[in-house]
Amino acid sequence: MSLTNDQLQAVAHLARIAVEPESTEALRTDLNAILDQARLLDDPRLNDLEPMAHPLDQTQRLRPDEVTETDQRDTLMEGAPAQENGLFLVPKVIE
Amino acid sequence: MSQYAIPSGWEAVIGLEIHAQLATRSKIFSGASTAFGAEPNAQACAVDLGLPGVLPVLNEGAVRMASLFGLAIDADISRVSSFDRKNYFYPDLPKGYQTTQLARPIVVGGEVTITTGEGKKAREHTIRVTRAHLEEDAGKSLHEDFHGMSGIDLNRAGTPLIEIVSEPDMRSPEQAVAYARKIHAIVQYLGICDGNMQEGSFRVDANISVRPEGDEAFGTRTEIKNVNSFRFLQRAIEFEIERQIDLLETGGEVVQATRLYDPDRDETRLMRTKEEADDYRYFPCPDLLPVELDEATIESWRAELPELPDAKAGRYQTEYGLSAYDAGVLTSSRATAEYFEAVIAREGSDAKLAANWVMGEVAALLNRLELEIGECPVPADKLADLLERINDGTLSNKLGREVFEALAEEGGSVDAIIEARGLKQISDTGAIEAMVDEVIEANPGQVEAYRGGKDKLFGFFVGQVMKAAKGKANPKAVNEVLKRRLDGE
Repeated sequence: MSLTNDQLQAVAHLARIAVEPESTEALRTDLNAILDQARLLDDPRLNDLEPMAHPLDQTQRLRPDEVTETDQRDTLMEGAPAQENGLFLVPKVIE
Repeated sequence: MSQYAIPSGWEAVIGLEIHAQLATRSKIFSGASTAFGAEPNAQACAVDLGLPGVLPVLNEGAVRMASLFGLAIDADISRVSSFDRKNYFYPDLPKGYQTTQLARPIVVGGEVTITTGEGKKAREHTIRVTRAHLEEDAGKSLHEDFHGMSGIDLNRAGTPLIEIVSEPDMRSPEQAVAYARKIHAIVQYLGICDGNMQEGSFRVDANISVRPEGDEAFGTRTEIKNVNSFRFLQRAIEFEIERQIDLLETGGEVVQATRLYDPDRDETRLMRTKEEADDYRYFPCPDLLPVELDEATIESWRAELPELPDAKAGRYQTEYGLSAYDAGVLTSSRATAEYFEAVIAREGSDAKLAANWVMGEVAALLNRLELEIGECPVPADKLADLLERINDGTLSNKLGREVFEALAEEGGSVDAIIEARGLKQISDTGAIEAMVDEVIEANPGQVEAYRGGKDKLFGFFVGQVMKAAKGKANPKAVNEVLKRRLDGE
């Protein structure tokens, strides 16, 4: 099964990427090659294997529940294109 | 209690998803504070902002609290759980994904028991919990006027949540509310969530479908998002059941969709349909390793479990002789149970009397003032003082209510109020006898009728004596003296 144009557009929309019409075919070819690669995992010999949550054979280190961060708002907001009263301002979004 | 009944011939199927903010000091993946009410973005660090190069480190407190919840509902605590990314774009989610647990949640299974109705109509139901998983909360978007832009406050971003998913085991709005209240009570008893629905610490989504009675297959469901009070939950589900039945009875079809409840108009509104639903493209989070818990850790958490609502209610019945209903009400929230226990901690206290007062006067006062029991203007020790004066005969119940009102309005001490207002009840037999004799003398006709068999007139005499005593005579003593004088001779 190869990726349809509609599917390509849907994925592009989800990733918020604007796809130029002239690059559609090239992208489709690339994505299909990636999907073919991933399809190796459909091999029935892998059915009995537990999926790996992480390639490192280690477990998560837990951090004690302590507040270690201080207020760094001024520094962290330096790069914000727009701000007011300590809020980041973004183009209006209402769902 | 609501009088709502589902139209006959139909059955509703309800499942709830509850988000409870965990009461940790710091965030789930960073050391930023979770305290409510800080200046915007003052508690959002580089990790919460999703800046490049940062890595999450899981908070042990969040894992412990989620596990406590699982232990409390008799669920399995996963020895290995893991985190996934749920991808979507929204400005209050700066990473572009929410870190959550899809494939391997920390809590699997479990159940809670709920009771609906009271007295002979009381029914117990077992509601199964599918799972509860750890995840992070998003920030807040403010849409007020910022020159046509939205303001983003990321203080809440990264606050730990557990999402508690039930099986579709509820069949009425009443059951759904009882279940939500029980979960609310459990998380508060455990001290893992402050339960504040106004501030959004405890949020409920409801999945609702209807089907003709007797059908096995589920109908098409809709989901109602973010209902922020139990009253609204009841009304939102009622509305949605009616809406769906109306559609089906008029040849229409229920469309699978997410809807929002609007409390001002008491209706649900379409938010998005399934076709528009986001595709979250979940995948395992490469930044977090699987979480492993060993037996010893889990057992040490189990040992921390406090007495939970059901166990407490059982103890109130056996230890204090309270009815199942009263015990249920008094244990319905941790704050109510703590208040009640503080009242009866007094030596020689009468638990039944205390129960009646907490569920009667105290509840009515809080209702009137729209306060929570933790903010009750009559603290538990003052109520204990008051009940002591009722127990020792200084106050009748009626006079007690007057003292209670005074305590609520002005504060002060119980004995000072009794003294200042002259509320001491007359228990002195001599004084009561004198009043009784006067009443008998003044009403010879009624005395004759009573002695001739009109028993009901006894209440008239009690009333007359009480009137003469300005309501302060000890009712028990009045009854005794009246009986003796009227029947005795």
